[in-house]
Amino acid sequence: MSLLEFKNMTVEFPTRRGVFTAVQDVSLSVDPGEILGVVGESGAGKSTIGNAVIGLLEPPGRLAGGEIYLKGSRIDNLDEDALRAIRGKRIGMIFQDPLTSLDPLQTVEQQLMETIQLHLKQNDEEARASAVSLLDRVGIPDPKIRIKQYPHQFSGGMRQRVVIALALCADPEVIIADEPTTALDVSIQAQILELMRELCRERSVGMILITHDMGVIADVTDRVAVMYRSRLVEEGPTEKILGDPDHDYTKSLISAVPRPDVRLARFPVVEYIESAGDRRDSIDVATHWLGAGQTESGGETMLRVEDLHVRFLTKFSFLKKNRIYLDAVDRVSFDIRQGEVFGLVGESGSGKSTIARAIAGLYKPAGGHIHFAGADLTEVRTESEMDRYRRQMQMIFQDPFSSLNPRMKVLDIVAEPIRFHGLASGGAETRQIVMDLLEHVGLGAEAARKYPHEFSGGQRQRISIARALATRPRFLICDEPTSALDVSIQAQILNLLKDLQEELGLTMLFISHDLPVIRQMCDRVGVMRHGKLLEVAETETLFESPQHEYSQHLLDLMPRLEVLSHELIAGLEMAD
Amino acid sequence: MITYIARRMLQALVVMAAVSFISFSLFNYVGDPVDNMVGQEATLEDRQRIREVLGLEDPFFVQYARFMQNALQGEFGLSYRTKRSVTEMIAERIPATLELVFVSALIALGLGIPLGVFTGINRTSWISKAVLTVSLVGVSLPTFIIGISLIYIFAVNMGVLPSSGRAGTVELGGWKTSLLTVDGWRSILLPALTLSLFQVTMILRLVRAEMLEIMRTDFIKFARARGLPENRINYNHALKNTLVPVITIIGLNIGGLIAFSLITETVFQWPGTGLMFIQAVDFVDVPIMAAYLCFVALIFVTINLVVDILYFVIDPRLRAEGGH
Repeated sequence: MSLLEFKNMTVEFPTRRGVFTAVQDVSLSVDPGEILGVVGESGAGKSTIGNAVIGLLEPPGRLAGGEIYLKGSRIDNLDEDALRAIRGKRIGMIFQDPLTSLDPLQTVEQQLMETIQLHLKQNDEEARASAVSLLDRVGIPDPKIRIKQYPHQFSGGMRQRVVIALALCADPEVIIADEPTTALDVSIQAQILELMRELCRERSVGMILITHDMGVIADVTDRVAVMYRSRLVEEGPTEKILGDPDHDYTKSLISAVPRPDVRLARFPVVEYIESAGDRRDSIDVATHWLGAGQTESGGETMLRVEDLHVRFLTKFSFLKKNRIYLDAVDRVSFDIRQGEVFGLVGESGSGKSTIARAIAGLYKPAGGHIHFAGADLTEVRTESEMDRYRRQMQMIFQDPFSSLNPRMKVLDIVAEPIRFHGLASGGAETRQIVMDLLEHVGLGAEAARKYPHEFSGGQRQRISIARALATRPRFLICDEPTSALDVSIQAQILNLLKDLQEELGLTMLFISHDLPVIRQMCDRVGVMRHGKLLEVAETETLFESPQHEYSQHLLDLMPRLEVLSHELIAGLEMAD
Repeated sequence: MITYIARRMLQALVVMAAVSFISFSLFNYVGDPVDNMVGQEATLEDRQRIREVLGLEDPFFVQYARFMQNALQGEFGLSYRTKRSVTEMIAERIPATLELVFVSALIALGLGIPLGVFTGINRTSWISKAVLTVSLVGVSLPTFIIGISLIYIFAVNMGVLPSSGRAGTVELGGWKTSLLTVDGWRSILLPALTLSLFQVTMILRLVRAEMLEIMRTDFIKFARARGLPENRINYNHALKNTLVPVITIIGLNIGGLIAFSLITETVFQWPGTGLMFIQAVDFVDVPIMAAYLCFVALIFVTINLVVDILYFVIDPRLRAEGGH
């Protein structure tokens, strides 16, 4: 008898335009001590499964069919009170974002004791002792002191440990973890996954691990279920699914994961998933409008950063000496050659985005020089002079949802920089250029009449790219351009960036925390930590023989998809 | 924490100084108070003599310095109309206004917060929709119409409550209160209700909007997933998290209630500071007007200070060093 089992689960969301089926006819089971991975892309219905099991579907969602059994007794037909008695006590849940999963106004102790006393009927003393030992078990140092603190006093990784402790309060038999490490840095991710695996084994807890990350699946799961468009397409032992998948979708999903171990010329595009955009014609720089900005030459080096120093005031004081600063970028120097893609990699808080913003002029450096196209940007005093350089330098941001003005049509979004810099002779020409740009990023000219909310994340990122290209830039700064996207969409966007870079001879600063992506995209890489640039090397050199200790550490943490099919890799290499 | 409060106090002082200057200079140019004080038969010499005695002939800054010096000692001079000490007159009338505001704030919070929580949680129930519709009356009707309608219904038609005035007051250590007798409560009920209706709607809608926001957050979902009972989630986790914006608005509103209870006090002939201010305006009674404005500013500043300190009590994130 399985620990948790559901048969033919179907979840429906009635909407104005008819019923949307989020999960269709899915049957799965978990045994004690086993970790079942549920993998799929956004919208595949994997999170809905987790919510349906504990009866927490967002209204108007409902379980339209199927049966759920916990240790052989049926739980899907229980009333709200009986379900509540199961939640937390027999089935625990862990959510994605540790920064928002805890009540910010209560101490960790209050939240732990509340949950422990609710389920285990202990008195204050016992509950406090249990809470301290739980924190100790999930690896929080000085639990007796830390328990009195509020969530904001913990780092992201530590908060996720607290969340795990909360989920373990009543010693549940099943844990459902919904993207538990997606919001964390790789080194923290490895620790949390390790902890979750240990806890599963030692307490014989069955776990459903929901994730979009193939690396996580490969690292910890025993079995995998692959979801695609609300259906279960394949299920089996992890090695089997990753190494020798049967279903076409699984194959294409695996092939879209950026490979850490080999460099490919192009990302394999998954036709199976979303239309990969219209086929685009390549741009002939000599005759095309976009080529008109490429005539000026800045010599061999496009950008030289010298001793760049950016600091933020964290505590103000009237006395200068009492002010406390955070050195976000601490005397960093590097240069980027014409036509090169330069990568910056590092964990959150390492200062890589700050460098990008300082170069783009969004932050004012406290010291150092930024030489761009032959001029020192830190010496430029007037706005109008700065605009000249801004035109040649454009930025693509991480979040495709908040970086486009929702009240503007795509036409106006892309046309705005053209109008501002006066790059076209009139309205008709501007419109023509925008249509052309939208064609080139694979959206089609009809996209111009729509608003941003009508597009998916990947399509919006294409709009951002069109907007960045609208000023005929020579230098693009991409700050985590794909980390909010699914792997298949990521592959498309990265291919697009690569193509454009080659056709237009763009120089790029490419920022990412994702080493495999960096390996595929960049010619040279800089590794950052705590505001310092530790190592700069040719990409292949860095991946083959990292010099700095921290680079080696980062590379070690990178999930190795070793179980992946060798035939598949061979197939991909052939395809090049 | 202490430096934070000290800094806020300093800001409060600056505000008070600015308000006193503005109120004094404003009222110095709103007509000649001597005209109202003396009869038709007063000679030009008499008028001149009064002006000199009152110090109205001195240069502006001398007058202001004298005003500030006295104000700091709690002395705002004599009312031009009643020839009595302004401080005394305000002190006499403050209890009436403060009690009125206290009772109406009680009504506003007592109705607004629970209804806000209820409508925030039960979004689709017909009771919520009815409450929201009725609450619109509170914001869309002007205070004097609400006041007069209430008088018409409860005093004229049903005859259960008095229509105006403040009855049944008891002297309690220099504080005349009407909250200790049945008559007192009967007379305060209508004006307090009139004054609170707008606030009820405001608090209700604010709490509702904040609740809707909070109920969507991950920590509420996580609390559910841990099996916490609904009541605990709603009141212990959700409501507490809505409090920071809510107390900001409530703080400002209570200041507003005190300052602008003019209309209600006029409609119900409630002997509070608002009514006194209206009479002072009619008479160009500059000392009273200046003193009243300073008093209102003091109340606003004090309430804001209290609100700022409450933020610290409620939100631990602000207590952190450097406070983000």
